[in-house]
Amino acid sequence: MRGAWRSRNLLAGGAITALMVLIALVSLVWTPYGPTQIDIVHRLATPSAAHPLGTDLFGRDELSMLMAGAQSSLSVALIAVIVGAGIGVPIGAFAAARGGVPDDLVMRACDLAFAFPALLTAVMITALAGPGAINAMLAIGIFNIPVFARITRGAARGVWGREFILAARAAGRHDTAITVLHVLPNIAAVLLVQATIQFALAIVADAGLSYVGLGTQPPQPSWGRMLNDAQTFIWRAPLLAVFPGLAITFAVLGLNLLGDGLQDLLDPRVRRAR
Amino acid sequence: MTGYFLRRALVLLSTLLAASLVVFVVLQVLPGDPAALMLGTGARPDTLAALRHHLGLDAPAWLRYLRWIFGILRGDFGISYTYNVPVAELVRQRSALSVPLALLAIVLSTAIAIPVGVFAAARRGSVRDAALMGAAQVGVAIPNFWLGILLILLFAIHLPWLPASGFPGWGEGLWPGLRALILPALALALPQAAILARVTRAAVIETLGEDFVRTARAKGLTRGAALWRHAVPNALIPVVTLIGLQFSFLLAGTVIVENVFTLPGLGRLVFQAIAQRDLIVVQDLVVLLAGSVILVNFTVDLAAAAIDPRQRRPGA
Repeated sequence: MRGAWRSRNLLAGGAITALMVLIALVSLVWTPYGPTQIDIVHRLATPSAAHPLGTDLFGRDELSMLMAGAQSSLSVALIAVIVGAGIGVPIGAFAAARGGVPDDLVMRACDLAFAFPALLTAVMITALAGPGAINAMLAIGIFNIPVFARITRGAARGVWGREFILAARAAGRHDTAITVLHVLPNIAAVLLVQATIQFALAIVADAGLSYVGLGTQPPQPSWGRMLNDAQTFIWRAPLLAVFPGLAITFAVLGLNLLGDGLQDLLDPRVRRAR
Repeated sequence: MTGYFLRRALVLLSTLLAASLVVFVVLQVLPGDPAALMLGTGARPDTLAALRHHLGLDAPAWLRYLRWIFGILRGDFGISYTYNVPVAELVRQRSALSVPLALLAIVLSTAIAIPVGVFAAARRGSVRDAALMGAAQVGVAIPNFWLGILLILLFAIHLPWLPASGFPGWGEGLWPGLRALILPALALALPQAAILARVTRAAVIETLGEDFVRTARAKGLTRGAALWRHAVPNALIPVVTLIGLQFSFLLAGTVIVENVFTLPGLGRLVFQAIAQRDLIVVQDLVVLLAGSVILVNFTVDLAAAAIDPRQRRPGA
């Protein structure tokens, strides 16, 4: 584990991500003000001791809203990744175990899914199925399925060629048992790195959806929605258009650094390409 | 090369057909009867039936799919339910904004990323390399729509140089139109450039370690000549492939960024069409966008195969 301490990416990324999770958790029980508490008298206030980041157009405390925003942003992204991995990993593992026609079919289906710009299709799904956090999770999650299917299949095929798999087969183990007992543990590192990357992408996608009004619905605060509201008042309160974006960037940066650091730590053979 | 081309072309055609089928099926499954939405809640059943017949909605699904596909092949994308004009006409008008915007963003992103990536690779390990890659790491994390808002704050409000929103069209000449596209194109291009610069750097560093670069140096080429004539061209294939892949992100990005700058492009059209349940427009636009992603990736694969024969192997 000495390598872990040397990796600045891992440290910085881990610290930022932990901070974000902590903020989201704290916001469940405490925020400086109620994140939905309206105070018209003090609307669009500049930062002060009472409101460290100022207030929005309804006089809601910006800091409290940002903290509560972490909650919805992280939970939407987390569930989107769980949906994607939960369906994509078994599909990819199945394709790798079977090979042949099922494998080809799964890979063609993935190619097809990648032809649809993910965010555009998420926009379409949430708009037609009804805006809201749940549909946003599903719409983003659907586009994580082919990502996880493809990476699982690629990594698993590498493992299937190894001698210990042959030994397990010779011992009469079933494909499913080999996949669960031998293949998945060997590709867990790759999947973890990918999950971190997808988590970051999901945060951006969620922010984009709520910016255009299709994600988490008011009064539950979300970073994307806050940016949209701020744009209306950008001449009077420019800072309101800065803070939520900083929060998104910070969260995504932390996860990307964590992903890079994990990749270096868990699998030094894989060159860092992204 | 001909065999490779034919094989890829067959895959291209089947992918396009499958994509159109997926779009059609998804829009059938999702709720919302266009005829009912057009007429409102108080519509009489016989009026509704007449309109459904007029729109061809009473035909069985497979027939509607075939009509749609053969229409597209003839250049007939159907009639918009809300605008009552051919969808092809709407797409043509809106493309006059979205296509130049996307092209400008790709050009900007490539023009920034390749020099930065090559520079950082040539001076890897230096302070300047670390600074550039640190900036790229942050750049990757910035969502393009927020960057758009920041650019509006800086260059439209703080420094009133460029318009904050809107598009005057190309009627008044090139510059007024181009002026309106600079900030949105930058918002799209910079995060893409950050990713591309990192990949370029990694690819160039890898080729710099190859024997042919050492040979080039050994035969007396300067570091710069070995870099630009031997290492960079050989590093370009992953870079070109990535530019192709980024096209899809760019299209999705324009959908949001056009909203940030209230630009009347294809992205805004998608939103309006969805909001008004103008499903034929949604269906056409999604299939057009997916089709263009498939075509761009096909072209990129062909370009890679033309540059590097190793890419022509099946499965490569």
